[in-house]
Amino acid sequence: MSTPQPPMPQAAPDWQAAPGSPYPTYTSPIPVVRTHLGHAIASEWTKIKSVRSTMWTLGVFVLLVLGLGLLTGAVVASSDTVVDGESPLALGFFGLLLGSICLITLGVLTTASEYGTGMVRTTMTACPSRGRVLAAKAIVFFLVAFVVTLVSATLVGLMHVTMLEGSGAGEPTGSEWLKGTVGVSLYVALLGMLSLAIGSIIRHSAGAITIMIGALLAPLVIALFMFSESLRDVQQALFEYSIPNQMSVFYANSLSDSGPSGWDPLWIMLGVTAVAFAGAFALLEKRDV
Amino acid sequence: MIELEGLTKRYGEKVAVNNLSFTVRPGIITGFLGPNGAGKSTTMRMVLGLDRPTAGDVRIDGKHYDQLKDPLTYIGALLEAKAWHGGRSAYNHLLCLAQSNGIPSRRVHEVLDTVGLTAVAKKKTKGFSLGMGQRLGIAAALLGDPRILMFDEPVNGLDPEGIHWIRNLMKTLASQGRTVFVSSHLMSEMALTADHLVVIGQGRLLADTSMADFIAENSRSYVRIRTPQRERLLDMLHGEGITVVEPGAEVLEVDGDKAEAVGELAARHQVVLHELSPQRASLEEAFMQLTAESVEYHAHDGQPAGPVPQQQQQQQQQQQWGSDWRKG
Repeated sequence: MSTPQPPMPQAAPDWQAAPGSPYPTYTSPIPVVRTHLGHAIASEWTKIKSVRSTMWTLGVFVLLVLGLGLLTGAVVASSDTVVDGESPLALGFFGLLLGSICLITLGVLTTASEYGTGMVRTTMTACPSRGRVLAAKAIVFFLVAFVVTLVSATLVGLMHVTMLEGSGAGEPTGSEWLKGTVGVSLYVALLGMLSLAIGSIIRHSAGAITIMIGALLAPLVIALFMFSESLRDVQQALFEYSIPNQMSVFYANSLSDSGPSGWDPLWIMLGVTAVAFAGAFALLEKRDV
Repeated sequence: MIELEGLTKRYGEKVAVNNLSFTVRPGIITGFLGPNGAGKSTTMRMVLGLDRPTAGDVRIDGKHYDQLKDPLTYIGALLEAKAWHGGRSAYNHLLCLAQSNGIPSRRVHEVLDTVGLTAVAKKKTKGFSLGMGQRLGIAAALLGDPRILMFDEPVNGLDPEGIHWIRNLMKTLASQGRTVFVSSHLMSEMALTADHLVVIGQGRLLADTSMADFIAENSRSYVRIRTPQRERLLDMLHGEGITVVEPGAEVLEVDGDKAEAVGELAARHQVVLHELSPQRASLEEAFMQLTAESVEYHAHDGQPAGPVPQQQQQQQQQQQWGSDWRKG
C-alpha cells in the first residue's frame, strides 16, 4: 500500500490531466469512498465519547439512580409500615425522575453545543447531508441513553427486590419487570431524544435545557396550584399527562385511575418525539448553518 | 475548479453578496480580496453549502457541494479560527472528521505532523493559541488530501515563521495542480502569494484579473523631487511639457519613469537637487482606491474623538443617526 504524500514543500509536483477537464488537476492517492450513514455514526460515536460532558452527565445519572434507589430502599426496609403487595420496583422511580434531567442535558448538548462552539460548520462541511448528521446523532445518543438507563434500572430493581425480601412486598411479575426496566428505559431515552431535537431547533444549550426541564416539571407544579373548581378538568389532565406521572405509570403507581395506563406513555412520548424530529429535520434543511 | 454564477445572498434588507460571477481555476493560487464585511466569508460559506444562496449558483467541479459523496477529499476548508469543541483533543477532532468521510485514521497522524501539532495531539484544543488553532484548522482542511483548498484569512494570528510556512504550503499545493482559493484583506500578503486576484467590495465584484495585470495597471510610478530652487525647476519642467504635481511645500512629483530626463534637465540648467528618486505607489494604495467607495466600516481620520461641546455633539449624533440608517 502506498502512503499518501503529505503536502510538504519538498513534495514533487503531481500534475495529472483529469479526463474531460481542460485543466490539469490533482489526484489524491487516498482511496475515494462513497460515504453513508455508517460513516456519520462512527464519527458521532467518536464525538460523544471524546468530550467530558458525556462522562459527567452519565456518571451523575448512574449515581442518582443507584444512590437514591439505595436510600429509599434502606428507608422502606427499615420502617415498620408493611408495603402490602406493592411492587418493590416502584422505589426506583425517584432516582430515575431526577436522573432524567441528566439525560435531557446530554441530549441537548449533543446537538446544541455544536452551535455554541462553531463545530457545526466543520461537521456540516465534512457531511453536507444535514439530515444524515442529525440521524447519526440521534441513533448514537439513543443507544447510549437506552443502554445506560436499562443497566441502571435493572440494577436498582434487583437491589430493591433483595432489600425488601420478606417485608411483605410482592414479588414482581415478568410483565412488571419488563415495564420497570425496558419500558421505562425506552421512555427516558426518548425523553433525551426529544431534548436532542429541541437542542437542534433552539441551537442554544442553556435555552434548550431550560425548555426541557420546564416541560418536565412545569405541568405538575402548575396543576398543584390550580385550586379553582372550574379548572378541575385542566388540573386533572395536567396531572395525568405530566412527564413524572407518565413515568410512574411504568411502575403502576399513577396519581390517578384515569389517564394513560399500561404502555400508553411510551406511545405518547414516541409521537411527541417524532413531531419534534420532523420539525428539527425541516428547519435544519431550511436554515443557514 | 469553483464556479460562481450570479451568486447572491440577502439578509433581510442587507445584500451581503451581490450577483458574483467568477471562476477559481486549478494549479494557481487565487486571492480573494476585500475590506472587512465585503462578503468574503459569506461567499465561502455558500461554496460549502453552509449558507443557502438567495439567488445564483455555485458549483465545485460541476457539482453542488451537497452532491459530493466524499466532500473532504474534494475540498478542504479553513473557515474560521476554532470551529470546534474546545473539550475535545486535536487528535479526536480530526479523527471524527476522518471517520465521517471514510478517511483512514493514519491520515490524522500525517496531517498533525504536516502542521507541526504532533506534540499536542492529545491536548484539549481549548488551550490552543490563535496560531495553533489556525494550524489545526489547516490540518482539518488537508485531511482528505483534497484537490481544492479554501482558506479564509489563513495568516490571521500566525507568527512570522507561521506566515512563511503557510505561504510556502499554499504555493506547493497549487504547484501540485490543486485549486487554492484564499481570502485576505491584506493586499501586501496577496501580492506575495496569489497568481490571480478577485476583488470584491460590498458584495460586488470589483476586479477579476491576474496579479501581474493588476500590478501593471494599478501601481503608479513617479519621480519624487526636492529642490531649493523650486520655482526655476517648475518653469523648466513646464517648458519641457512635463506635468508636475505638488503634493507638499517641499516636494514635487513627476508621473512616469522620468528620473533621467529630470536629472539631465536640472544638470543642464545647473539647478540644485536634494532628492531625485523613482517611486512606485504601493499595491495597498491601489487596493484602497479600488475599494474606497465600498468600505463597510469607516474609521475617522485624525485625532481620536475628544469631548465635543454639547450642542455640536447633539447635531453630530443626529446626522449620524440619519446616515447610518440609510447605509444600513
